[in-house]
Amino acid sequence: MKDAIINVEGLSHSYGKTVAVDNIYFHVEEGQIFSFLGPNGAGKTTTINLLITLLRIQKGQITISGVNVAKNPDAVRRNIGVVFQDHRLDRDLTIWETLEFHGKIHSLPKETRRQRITELLNIVELGDKRNAFIKNLSGGMKRSVEIARGLLVHPKVLFLDEPTIGLDTKARQRIWHYIKQINREENVTVFLTTHYMDEADQYSHEICIIDKGKIMANGSSSSLKNAIGKDIYHIKTTDDLKASQILANLPEISHVEKNSNGLLLYLKNNELSASKLVKSLTIHQIKLGNLNLLKPTLDDVFIYYTGRKIDSTVDA
Amino acid sequence: MPLGFTAIYWRDMIKFARSKAMIFLSLLQPVLWLVFYGISMSNNTGLFFAGTSVAPPDAITVSYMTFITSGVIGMTILFTCLYSGQNLQFDKQYGLMKTIVVSPMPRSQILIGTTLSGITKCLIQTTIITLFGYILGAQLFAGFLLSNIITSAIGLILFSILFSAGLMFLSNMIGLKVNNHDVSQAIMALLTLPLFFASNALYPAETLPFTMKLLCYVNPLAYFIDSVRYFTIGPNFYAFGFNYQIGLEGLLSSFIALGIFALVMFVLAIFVIKNIRDF
Ligand SMILES: Nc1ncnc2c1ncn2[C@@H]1O[C@H](COP(=O)(O)OP(=O)(O)OP(=O)(O)O)[C@@H](O)[C@H]1O
Ligand SMILES: [Mg+2]
Repeated sequence: MKDAIINVEGLSHSYGKTVAVDNIYFHVEEGQIFSFLGPNGAGKTTTINLLITLLRIQKGQITISGVNVAKNPDAVRRNIGVVFQDHRLDRDLTIWETLEFHGKIHSLPKETRRQRITELLNIVELGDKRNAFIKNLSGGMKRSVEIARGLLVHPKVLFLDEPTIGLDTKARQRIWHYIKQINREENVTVFLTTHYMDEADQYSHEICIIDKGKIMANGSSSSLKNAIGKDIYHIKTTDDLKASQILANLPEISHVEKNSNGLLLYLKNNELSASKLVKSLTIHQIKLGNLNLLKPTLDDVFIYYTGRKIDSTVDA
Repeated sequence: MPLGFTAIYWRDMIKFARSKAMIFLSLLQPVLWLVFYGISMSNNTGLFFAGTSVAPPDAITVSYMTFITSGVIGMTILFTCLYSGQNLQFDKQYGLMKTIVVSPMPRSQILIGTTLSGITKCLIQTTIITLFGYILGAQLFAGFLLSNIITSAIGLILFSILFSAGLMFLSNMIGLKVNNHDVSQAIMALLTLPLFFASNALYPAETLPFTMKLLCYVNPLAYFIDSVRYFTIGPNFYAFGFNYQIGLEGLLSSFIALGIFALVMFVLAIFVIKNIRDF
């Protein structure tokens, strides 16, 4: 566990009777981009709020950059930057003032502040709108301002809670380019939550899946894909319900998932031939309508561990 | 030395300067008090107090307008500061506070910044109301030498700062503690009523019933208004059928009372902002 910049041990958090985070352990290595994935209500934001000193730690221990979060929150705040999940902007300030204010409370020297603000406004393509009031911006523009604000300070650890929600593809790409750059050049560790599996797959070194407050899996994207089975068959039959019961008992199959379009068969290894599959179904008078061999994607990993479809994200 | 409070102050002042309607309305209220209440009562005090007592020869006799200009200054500071506490409540409600409290800036800086902006607003208002009272015929600084006017103005500013600082700490504390805008507004309204009427703003406190008088003794507004009268009228004057002998002792007790008020509120507000978690 050398070079773990974030270390979480036995962390739990309840809101009254609701257990939001349930005895989780994980660590993030310095300089990594770490994705924290999970369905709505899984406990991602709660975990972030505990990490960034916004919630009082009820149980467990967190250290960030060697500092105990419960004991020395002030020192932790010097090492972190945050982009929150929901809009947190002052409607009555302009874009420029919003960023200036943030730079000032982080005591960025004037030169650095001005230079970074200009640079970031170009990246989010709001350079010519710098004097516009926040209240007059579109939802995506507001989000861009918040990201620019979060990236203004180059901390040791940057927390991004669904940063690119509501942004168009081009904007997402430009922002990711900048995040990769500060990650590479300034060794900024990134702790990210997202519902975009392609983002997590493409950019993160390490992925952790959480559901109902518990950690379900973690590892690199490829190791997670391998762990759920080498390949996946996507089939459509005359009786999906019965077929799923039969196939779940085959030793070659680790897991069967039903979706609106048929069945997903997660294989333990690649030894299940199509002919054996057809044979085991025809014994039970089930006809195979369709068969596709799929390579697992991160979406499959997500569904496998959380038993749910990926949440369609709602623009805040 | 942490300078985060300058950022908070800067932001508050930008927003204040921009809210033209708010500035206008916040000045309109005291002006209306002076015009309607001041002028109509001025014509009646003669009736109320005819023959109750006679002005002593060593005290200056001043008009009712002169008397309540100080009261209206006190009232305006009270309203402005208690209202300003809502800004932190809005910051909380709109989630901006979270972005501030996860920054490395010490939380006490938030308190200092908002308090300084509150003080600035109050000083601007005090100046304008003083001028307006003057225009309406209040005998402020009457018969003062230029050097006296200058020392009185400085004294007035110092006491205004002390009083508004105490109030800003109080209202910030309420703004931080209460999670609902309507509730915080109701609390502020509830506070202003007894503070305002159990004071010497509009009438002499001596005529108040016993319990009200007791309230007056622990009311920072009353102490502040005493000091304003000391600076704008003088240590010994006659108004509204009463002889006011504030004197230096009166000024000193005002200073001590306002000092204690500001200090206690500061300690409590710091405690609240350091320990609050639900932003
Ligand atoms: N302030 C709160 N008070 C009470 N319950 C809360 C609070 N915040 C979150 N919860 C509950 O805690 C659980 C976890 O919520 P959390 O916000 O951490 O989920 P999340 O993983 O961030 O979800 P999403 O993807 O929708 O943002 C949910 O059941 C939620 O209802
Ligand atoms: Mg969340």
